[in-house]
Amino acid sequence: MEIPMKKRITDERNTPGKKALTVFFAVISVLWMMPIVIVLYNSLKTNGAVNTQLFVLPNAETFVGFDNYINGMTFGNYPFYLSAAYSVFITLASTFLILLCTSMAAWYISRVSDTFSKVVYYLCVFSMVVPFQMVMFTLANTARDLHLDTPWTIPVVYLGFGAGLAVFMFVGFVKSIPIDIEEAAAIDGCGPLRTFFSVVLPMMKPTLISVGVLEIMWVWNDYLLPYLVLDVTKYKTIPIHIQYLQGSYGKVDLGATMALIILSLLPIVIFYLTCQKHIIKGVAAGAVKG
Amino acid sequence: MKKKGRKAAGAVTSPLIRRPIQRQFAIFLLPTFLCFCIGFLWPFIQGIYLSFNKFSTISNTSWVGFGNYVKAFQDDGFRHAFGFTAMVAVTSLVLINVLAFAVAFALTKSIRGSNLFRGVFFVPNLIGGIVLGYIWKTLINSVLPVSMSIQVNYGFWGLIVVMCWQQIGYMMIIYIAGLQAVPEDMLEAAKIDGASGWKTLWHIILPNVMPSITICTFLSLTNGFKLYDQNLVLTNGAPVRRGVGMTEMLALNIANNFTTANQRGVAQAKAVLFFILVTTIALVQLRLTRSKEVQQ
Repeated sequence: MEIPMKKRITDERNTPGKKALTVFFAVISVLWMMPIVIVLYNSLKTNGAVNTQLFVLPNAETFVGFDNYINGMTFGNYPFYLSAAYSVFITLASTFLILLCTSMAAWYISRVSDTFSKVVYYLCVFSMVVPFQMVMFTLANTARDLHLDTPWTIPVVYLGFGAGLAVFMFVGFVKSIPIDIEEAAAIDGCGPLRTFFSVVLPMMKPTLISVGVLEIMWVWNDYLLPYLVLDVTKYKTIPIHIQYLQGSYGKVDLGATMALIILSLLPIVIFYLTCQKHIIKGVAAGAVKG
Repeated sequence: MKKKGRKAAGAVTSPLIRRPIQRQFAIFLLPTFLCFCIGFLWPFIQGIYLSFNKFSTISNTSWVGFGNYVKAFQDDGFRHAFGFTAMVAVTSLVLINVLAFAVAFALTKSIRGSNLFRGVFFVPNLIGGIVLGYIWKTLINSVLPVSMSIQVNYGFWGLIVVMCWQQIGYMMIIYIAGLQAVPEDMLEAAKIDGASGWKTLWHIILPNVMPSITICTFLSLTNGFKLYDQNLVLTNGAPVRRGVGMTEMLALNIANNFTTANQRGVAQAKAVLFFILVTTIALVQLRLTRSKEVQQ
């Protein structure tokens, strides 16, 4: 039985129509990646060559190796490595804080389920549709008043503004876990903290990954919130840094800029290649919001 | 026995664990709630209050009633931004969804390399608006005879291209999930009944992927209306004619408005209107497409 099945499948994949589709998508895929490829080879060219012949591959005359990457690190009036370090710290700290606090909150909300936690839950759901412009001015002010305007404290702001989706997803998941397991833990003498960390949290793993992926992608790529909240003369993140590059008048080193774009893409590409499955799953799970 | 009955109804709480958790409110719910107040609730309430005031700083306000809203409606830049945003959002909605569905449809046809292609299409979605905008700005402006910030048409289509590149892969993932959930027996039955490819697509597949269509149209429309980063990088609203940024979208218009100190009240009123608009679209869209879904 198995052999004919397999044969049928291979046959199906080898019809002329299917082959044509494969070729077609192969071409489209190459074109789809072109913008990144073009930036990549331009990051190896001299500034002048990037300016005048963007679509020409580097040749003996225009090839400068990794010079752009080395120059790019300290190019402009703010070192790129500092922006990158702040970006990494803010992303990881915010994601960790969001995962820890909202998973605990979601457990409380669904297991206690009193009026107050229901109100908090609906407020969280409501916050998901509110565009950032609605709170941008007042949020920046509040953050400044409370001295939350440094990379070390901005995770608090991210937790506050990003709580909605995370709480929503965690509550949805907790409702699907059978309560018996937690009851058993309680009967065995576990307090709420121990029950949560040794029983509930391990069960939440799939949702933790999904929410984690969504938060990492959001915080890493976010521009306006850190731009408004942080003191940008002292602290920049990668998106702020890139935006400042093109705003700076006078000498713009396009070669170095291309190198910085590649450097800012690198962590995302590594992240994607190492956990592609989780990312796609997480992103698809986030789509149910609203 | 009583316990069993409760469980069948899908119990989410039980007195055995409810009380002890409730006693630990300060550990479980309070941190998130406090941050939520700082990061959302208080700014949101304050924002609504401030939209009825003239202010340059929060400590110095004077009540003007609906004055800011009247000014917002009279603002040519805001009205133009609304029209332009609607055009960008609707155009991108149609293109993104049609293309994403087509790609998803082809890539669920068990062709060679299908997984690789899916991965490739998804990549741009991981890149943030600022970096993505910068890449495309460099590319587009070096192909075009004049820069996007000079020709309005170029600015418009530049935005559309960028949005398609970013979002097609994302919507494709959702459509693929939907297509894979179409019941096999329905497709088989249609085949036996001699339904043509188009008829199968129209009468069997589309009604079955309606939930995915709901999600994707909803997402791409709100994404379009809320677009900010790409707009900022590509043209920053330029060209400006008679004080109106020809390619300025709503989010950018509001954000720019906040930078003028004596316009902050108006900007906040615009932000409230923007919030109402986005929420309304979300609700209407959801209701419209939900009603067409196949009842499971």
